[in-house]
Amino acid sequence: MNLKAAARLGGRIGHFSIDGVRLPFREGQTIMAAAMEAGVYIPHLCYNPEFTPHGSCRLCVVRSNGRHLAACTTPAAEGLEVESHTDELQEQRRELLQMLFVEGNHVCPACEKSGACQLQAVAYYCGMLAPELTYFYPQRTVDASHPDIAIDYNRCILCELCVRASREADGKNVFSIADRGIHAHLQINSSTGKLRDSDLEVTDKAAHVCPTGAILPRNLGYNIPIGKRPYDQKPISLAGDVADHEESS
Amino acid sequence: MNAGYLGLPTVVNNVESFVAAAMIMEQGADWFLSRGTETSTGTKLLSISGDCAKPGVYEYPFGTSIRKILEDCGADDPQMVQVAGAAGTMIGETDFDRCISFDDVATGGSFMIFDRSRDLPEIIGNFIAFFVHESCGFCTPCRVGTSLLQKRFDKLLSGRASRLDLEKMQQIGTLMKVTSHCGLGATAPNALLDSLKNFPSMYEDRLASTQFEPAFILEDALQEARTLADSGAKS
Repeated sequence: MNLKAAARLGGRIGHFSIDGVRLPFREGQTIMAAAMEAGVYIPHLCYNPEFTPHGSCRLCVVRSNGRHLAACTTPAAEGLEVESHTDELQEQRRELLQMLFVEGNHVCPACEKSGACQLQAVAYYCGMLAPELTYFYPQRTVDASHPDIAIDYNRCILCELCVRASREADGKNVFSIADRGIHAHLQINSSTGKLRDSDLEVTDKAAHVCPTGAILPRNLGYNIPIGKRPYDQKPISLAGDVADHEESS
Repeated sequence: MNAGYLGLPTVVNNVESFVAAAMIMEQGADWFLSRGTETSTGTKLLSISGDCAKPGVYEYPFGTSIRKILEDCGADDPQMVQVAGAAGTMIGETDFDRCISFDDVATGGSFMIFDRSRDLPEIIGNFIAFFVHESCGFCTPCRVGTSLLQKRFDKLLSGRASRLDLEKMQQIGTLMKVTSHCGLGATAPNALLDSLKNFPSMYEDRLASTQFEPAFILEDALQEARTLADSGAKS
């Protein structure tokens, strides 16, 4: 990034490196935030620069000083040497992605989000082929009660971006995670548990941050035909996150 | 809890640490340093349980071998010792000369003895199930990994596993160790990983083949569809 611009934003400027490339950072910035500003792609799903980092998907795992760290929650530090695009880390990211794919029910060819789905795009980027892990085939439901927004729980990966967006950007509290362990699931904070009885509106940020096809604004599913969608054109490292494309879809 | 005593930084230690601190005040640092090893000074309280004649709380200087401890508490026929709890270290007979210390077998004090009458796979299965239950579900590797290990392990117990399943369990466990958000996920696969390393024959003996074996039984998987088809045909 432009150092003069960084200086205007305040904070001392330091330098660290990712895979041997020297990058600037402002004091207090995470490895992920500094990398993103510099245009260096680190795979991620639960990270969105607009919201408090979460560190739960673990896809942004990097190595430094012999330790594995989440780039989205670890502050950059002067002289820090970070490894990101190594065979070992890409292999581990593929395994984490496989875990997410087998945990839910992700049927890309039948999903209206295909081609504009961050989970799918990151899997392509990391070179994931078929999941080799045991499928869970969980019994999950679809909530089509809301006139403008649908939720398909089969595709939820528990990144909590909708939870955070609703609280931090919309000033509402529409979503939360219920239960724990492998039973953890997204729930709607409404008297019936249905989306129609919640405060969610289609103009809310929370309706446009889902990295998968779990939360979908209705009635525009195929406005952009398959083949012309963001990740049909470019890999995610160049096309950017789903949330960046939501506005235009 | 968001603040310490009177709103100030506060140390919270366990009783064992307070006892050690009080004894050092009374007897002096040289007395304390005279026991244990150079890098693990002092003594350790062990809560010894399981298959032994004399279970109880024992105090040992750091550097004491597991074999000595087993002899003292009357463990006649030990097969395995689980040191430091479910997330700790699983020690087999070939490692009984290893010692309790920060550099070798670290422990918070739990010391569970299992003799040769015990079914090791059942014990390991219990540890795996414990962590499936304990995982909070926040991060991917621990939330999904604990259950994936359980699925693979159950496949092994039912006699349908191949060598690939052992490799996959090793791979999933290693991933959990390095990528989990907290210490629970990072230590959840320990018992399984230790047992793969220390008791390889236990696993080899249970393999259905060295080739690939599917995760499901074809006949069982088809049963639901067959039942539906049959009931549809009759109506």
